Amino acid sequence: MARTLTHLERLEAESIHIIREVVAEADKPVMLYSVGKDSAVMLHLARKAFYPSPPPFPLLHVDTTWKFKAMYELRARMAELSGMELLVYKNPEAVEKGINPFDHGALHTDMWKTEGLKQALDKYGFDVAFGGARRDEEKSRAKERIFSFRTASHGWDPKNQRPELWNIYNAKKSKGESIRCFPISNWTELDVWQYIHLNDIPIVPLYFAGMRPTVERDGMLLMVDDDRFPLRPGEVPVMRSVRFRTLGCYPLTGAVESTASTLPEVIQETLLTTTSERQGRAIDKDAGGAGMEKKKQEGYF
Amino acid sequence: MSDVKTPEAIYVTEALIAEDIDAYLDQHQHKTMLRFITCGSVDDGKSTLIGRLLYDSKMIFEDQLDALALDSKKVGTQGQEIDFALLVDGLAAEREQGITIDVAYRFFNTEKRKFIVADCPGHEQYTRNMVTGASTADLAVILIDARKGVLVQTRRHSYLCHLIGITNMVLAVNKMDLVDYSEARFNEILADYTAFAHSIGITEFTAMPISGFKGDNIIGASDNTPWYKGPNLVEHLEAVEVNSARDAGKAFRMPVQWVNRPNLDFRGFAGLIASGSVKPGDAIRVLPSGKTSSVTRVVTMPSAGFAGETAGDGDLDEAMAGQSVTVCFADEIDCSRGSVITAADNPPEVADQFEATLVWMDDAPLNVGRAYWLKLGTQLVSATVQAPKYAVNVNDAGGSGSHVAVKTLELNAIGVAELATDKPIVFEAYAENRTLGGFILIDKMTNRTVAAGMLHFSLRRAQNVHWQATDITRGDHADLKNQTARVLWFTGLSGSGKSTIANEVEKALNLMNRHTFLLDGDNVRHGLNKDLGFTEADRIENIRRVGEVAKLMADAGLIVLTAFISPFKADRDLVRGMLPEGEFIEVFVDTPLAVAEARDVKGLYKKARAGTLKNFTGIDSPYEPPASPEIRVNTVEMSAQEAAAHIIRQLMPLK
Repeated sequence: MARTLTHLERLEAESIHIIREVVAEADKPVMLYSVGKDSAVMLHLARKAFYPSPPPFPLLHVDTTWKFKAMYELRARMAELSGMELLVYKNPEAVEKGINPFDHGALHTDMWKTEGLKQALDKYGFDVAFGGARRDEEKSRAKERIFSFRTASHGWDPKNQRPELWNIYNAKKSKGESIRCFPISNWTELDVWQYIHLNDIPIVPLYFAGMRPTVERDGMLLMVDDDRFPLRPGEVPVMRSVRFRTLGCYPLTGAVESTASTLPEVIQETLLTTTSERQGRAIDKDAGGAGMEKKKQEGYF
Repeated sequence: MSDVKTPEAIYVTEALIAEDIDAYLDQHQHKTMLRFITCGSVDDGKSTLIGRLLYDSKMIFEDQLDALALDSKKVGTQGQEIDFALLVDGLAAEREQGITIDVAYRFFNTEKRKFIVADCPGHEQYTRNMVTGASTADLAVILIDARKGVLVQTRRHSYLCHLIGITNMVLAVNKMDLVDYSEARFNEILADYTAFAHSIGITEFTAMPISGFKGDNIIGASDNTPWYKGPNLVEHLEAVEVNSARDAGKAFRMPVQWVNRPNLDFRGFAGLIASGSVKPGDAIRVLPSGKTSSVTRVVTMPSAGFAGETAGDGDLDEAMAGQSVTVCFADEIDCSRGSVITAADNPPEVADQFEATLVWMDDAPLNVGRAYWLKLGTQLVSATVQAPKYAVNVNDAGGSGSHVAVKTLELNAIGVAELATDKPIVFEAYAENRTLGGFILIDKMTNRTVAAGMLHFSLRRAQNVHWQATDITRGDHADLKNQTARVLWFTGLSGSGKSTIANEVEKALNLMNRHTFLLDGDNVRHGLNKDLGFTEADRIENIRRVGEVAKLMADAGLIVLTAFISPFKADRDLVRGMLPEGEFIEVFVDTPLAVAEARDVKGLYKKARAGTLKNFTGIDSPYEPPASPEIRVNTVEMSAQEAAAHIIRQLMPLK
């Protein structure tokens, strides 16, 4: 009598299968690498899928210049360890205009991330881009296919998705179309943490609690990661023991007060917490309940 | 929320998490996974049930609950109470219309298992989405509204789940709170459903009275149904066998996804094991080549992580169904993407003609005879589908899946048909092996996934009809005629000048003492194809037959000229595929519609414009011009004689 595979074994096998299918059928795939914990797992799965070869595609980081310093450090380290080419793309228009989250609000995400991603994909001519999104993150993502098609202008049409049967993926695309592929669609936040724990996968230290300079602003705890952070009158950075549940641009990412300094402690806190992961991010709050759906239609990953 | 019962057993054991996180992690690490779908009619309460499961298992966070409470007041259908359905209806259009359009995947845990739920839409026009959700499921929960009983949709969904091979079925009679938890009502529905289920071949299912809204029999036995002695829903979900465990006991099969060759010393074949297990030393056979060897290594990446501590994996002693691995052989044998590695002494069949069930998923109906891509496992081939033997009516009064005669399959239709592939494929009956029996069809023009298919068996004629080898070859025929056999395939709009130019070309070749034959569209329709009309399906068959005749004549060494509108690229490519490379010469008679219509030699455009002639190419039926024809002639700038001379020049030398 054969044993039954554990849920993590099944998830891992499914993700590896998906990544290999893309490589077998795509003309020019790329893996979007955001340096977060989901990217860390996705990268690990890609390495495992092709071992002993390195994954036969590059990593692409669509940079905003506003990520945490610790993220840039890990990015460099992982590119070296994986033996993969690392492409860093910064929207030249955003660079020129000095777009930043303090002065430009929603434009910051639009120009650096949404526009930056479109430009990068067009520039290199990538036809399939892997992303680390999970279906448990957000309502519209729960309905997105693993192979998700984008029009030539990178738009998503949620009402016209291809049926996806068994583990057979139709990667045939028409001229101008491209594909976003989400190999860890079926993982939950807990699965990601546990897999990192079991496989000792390197992650940004900011996920663990540490004493960090922070200010409290608009109900969020923001970390003053460098001297570009404009303090408002009366604001003084205070050293607090904090960690991050999710990592993005440091001025847009809320920290939580915590003393969890090991992975089991982080997982413990995650399980006992009462707010969802993306709550620390400002992006989901636009346009009422359909924030992410709308963003994706416009070409956000 | 006051009258909603607090779950008696909380799945995520908070106490354990708080007191001993390592013990909890150990428990979680060893959980198995069950994927299931919920389906039933609109308003049977699917989304509410899933919302309930998420809520009871604490998979809803406080901020989501706050947003939910707000949404419930704004667009909810439960008055001031929380509307769990809003939690799962993710797309804006769904929340606005209060219906589920697409499959949503949700996740929750109990102490024993992780669950992935596919919430499937109920409306008939979303049958394809339901089939999508069902294709990866280990179990189906069929919901019935206790007030309404077994409905058309209940029958349809049960049939689909059965069709897709789900053997674990739960009949959840929901909204029991609205029928005062009546045992009589439950038994009445159970009797109805049992009669139906048996009629379509469902032999086993588990029925339970529940209320997704109130929480009865979801976790723990409900005080409201003391007459019910069976398992509660979660208890049942934790106990049933998952598919991969069942597949592990079968013969070894692994479709090859990718050949891993980092250097001269390593050659491995990467894939997801579909069934059985594999270990070093096993004798294997690679299909379709039939070559045998033995396994030397079953490779995965050592999870040494980057810290240098070995956490596991690396080469495996044994791998089983459901695992992704890389396998190395003792011998260098032919094996690539699309090959299937199988147990040496128990290989599956290889064939090119099959009977299959098709679920049609595209707005454009099945084109009988048209070539589609067929993807099965990692095999991608060209396939044509014959006229359906019958379609299944799952909406009829008895719901017994009676057969209906049809000419094609429309969106959401389910039918049985024979199909043929251009190359033999490795397969097993779907009932035996989902991976080697389940396939999709892809439209070659739109690239859309147009159908899901399940193979029943190969047609014996595929095995028993062999090519008879003859001593005089096609080359011998052509040599005697001092020429190379060719098919000059003229394509273009009606009135473009195909027949006229083809006639000129044949006259010129005849003067050069070449052996030719001109197959003309109108002439063929008086004889060989007089049973065919002008529907899209008939036009495809027309071209297929002409292609076969042209091929036979080319085998006889002739230079064949054909003059047919042949508007569809896929059909011309089908003929191209029948002939040796270089023998199919596509001649595009490139005349603009306005010019052809102005000529209107046969008066057909006038009739088409008047609406008395249907399906006329260029007017109400499309013409797909060749992207890169071997020869293109422009009849606006060239006379027929000039065009013919141009074509002859392109053909030189004739041998």
